Amino acid sequence: MNWILVPQQLINGLLQGGILALIALGIVLIYKSSEVFNFAQGHMVMVGAYLTWMFSQWINTGISQVDLLISAVGALIIAVGLGWLIERLALRPMTGQPLLSIILITLGLAQLFEGLTTVFFGTEPKSDFPGLFAKDAVWRIEIPPVNGESIVFLNQLTIPYARLAAFILALVVAVLLILLFNYTSIGLSMRATSENHDLARSVGIKVSNVFGLSWAIAGVVATIGGILLATIFGVSINLSTVALVAFPAILLGGLESFAGAIIGGLSIGLIQALVQAAKLSEVRNSFEIAPYVFLLLILVLRPEGLFGQKRIERI
Amino acid sequence: MAALRPAGDFDRTYEQDMSVMRKPWHVWLTVISIAIVLVVPMLNNFVSQDWLSTHAYIVSTANQIAYTVIALQGLNILTGLTGQISLGQASFMLVGGYISALAMTYWGLPIFVTIPVAGIGTGLVGLIFGLPSLRVKGFYLAMATLAAQFIIPWMTRNLWRDYLGGTSGAIEVPSPIVFGFATTEVTRFFYISFVVLLLTTVISVNIRRTRLGRAFISIRDNDLAAELLGVNLFGYKLRAFFLAATFAGIAGALKAHSQRGVGTEFGYSLEESIIFLGMLVIGGMGSNIGPFLGAAFVILLEDAALWMGASLADVFPEQGASLLTSFRPIFFGLMLMLFLIFEPRGLAHRWELFKAAWRIRPFAR
Repeated sequence: MNWILVPQQLINGLLQGGILALIALGIVLIYKSSEVFNFAQGHMVMVGAYLTWMFSQWINTGISQVDLLISAVGALIIAVGLGWLIERLALRPMTGQPLLSIILITLGLAQLFEGLTTVFFGTEPKSDFPGLFAKDAVWRIEIPPVNGESIVFLNQLTIPYARLAAFILALVVAVLLILLFNYTSIGLSMRATSENHDLARSVGIKVSNVFGLSWAIAGVVATIGGILLATIFGVSINLSTVALVAFPAILLGGLESFAGAIIGGLSIGLIQALVQAAKLSEVRNSFEIAPYVFLLLILVLRPEGLFGQKRIERI
Repeated sequence: MAALRPAGDFDRTYEQDMSVMRKPWHVWLTVISIAIVLVVPMLNNFVSQDWLSTHAYIVSTANQIAYTVIALQGLNILTGLTGQISLGQASFMLVGGYISALAMTYWGLPIFVTIPVAGIGTGLVGLIFGLPSLRVKGFYLAMATLAAQFIIPWMTRNLWRDYLGGTSGAIEVPSPIVFGFATTEVTRFFYISFVVLLLTTVISVNIRRTRLGRAFISIRDNDLAAELLGVNLFGYKLRAFFLAATFAGIAGALKAHSQRGVGTEFGYSLEESIIFLGMLVIGGMGSNIGPFLGAAFVILLEDAALWMGASLADVFPEQGASLLTSFRPIFFGLMLMLFLIFEPRGLAHRWELFKAAWRIRPFAR
């Protein structure tokens, strides 16, 4: 371990983990209300980012903050429609089908999104995504050496403003989502639906509307995640792979838990960043797969995750 | 009392009921089909110059379908019979390809040794990733195999770089020499694939007729009931994982030798694993003929998508590159979703319906 790199990597990991947590929340939201594992969430993230980029190209006022805000609103409106459409056209006919079919239909959706994005936006990554801050706007914190030995690389910690803003925004949205789910009537009907479809119907909740609504919210969450990721990395097809790491995160946190998804996202971000501080180059390069190795460990040691419910099978 | 029964074919003995070749004409049809498949690759010596490229396309597509079917037969045992989801079949093919290639390059083993070695070696790797099935199932198991799909290709790029090709993601694979014939051309290599395909077909058709296959099916239909009936769940799930990975390893070895290269440069990505699952669904999960129908349908569909992309790229040259690659996922994703919604039992079910309709013709359409 290169200890001198660790403090910086901790910060990077935490900031990255915040966005992961937001993406993971979208998956958990859909799972909680309709018991669907949405493998297409990563691609919804990517589509959201591309839509925002497209709008910002149209608007193009020259002030990137204005561009970003207006185009984000446009992309979010489309994402609501998209999420609702996905539920209506793809998932509704699959109600009651076996797990494999439901997983496969989200995988099919993911492929479809990938193809459509390539048709409309090409394979070239777009680096001219508007941001709230300039790319090189960095907050530097000087850490003086202790006993003549520097404890931090180059004696300073650097925090890019864009990443910090993305982290804060992600956590704000996450908290809003949890508040929505726990303290509003919409959230109550969602929770009722996730508990028991028949009972929810019998008290007058329209289950199909709840499904549609939760997919629409998931679309919004994915788009916000996509915009935040894009302000840091730019837009490319690879955003969907970045978002796949959300799956280890939700398994760590437990499938049914919002708090678990946030903690899981932050921990996976930290793990990925800490691995990069290792001395051995093989370990350093393993940051792509470290979440998945960790995932295998979770599955063997504690399959229900940190905050998940232990499944009891009824016969 | 003589019950009135419709005319037709009835099984009178247990052997008849269990037989694969139910009628003499089944045997004849099989022999004739195999003969046709054996003759077609040789035709390149007889067709005219204009047809050579078409002929080469037919044979190389047939070869691709052959090794894909083998991988699908493995996946069919795991997903179709045992009901366990695997998102890592492509990564197991990668393992098999590497084992066969390294065994041939460094030890000089002949192909009919390296293919079984690749199969068994991959099977052992498959066991490792089947271990989580001790505690988890369903979605969680899918995640374990997803981990395999990321970890194995990473290992080939980052570990033992001198042997596995390192970051270039590719090593050269020698073309096998069989009975003194070099199989550099696909028209010759096809025979190896075809013989292996025949063997794996015989194996996979027979697995379901044995205790092993019945145990697999009982796990798929109700794992708790299976356990109560004395089926060792973990043991049989591991066996299913082993078989699936073995078939994938064999398929990977064939793919590596026919492409004369193996590594992450040649695919083996998560996308490919998803396509395998999709092929299985489109073909018909759990049926013997499903892998054949699914592989043929999807591979031909992808070729059509590629052809369509290429012709559109001629019309709109500025979007050429993106049009070329984009139709494949669109076609595949749409087909997969349409099949899941409208024909979840796949083409095999359609085929059964057709056969039934043919049998009672003219009373049904």
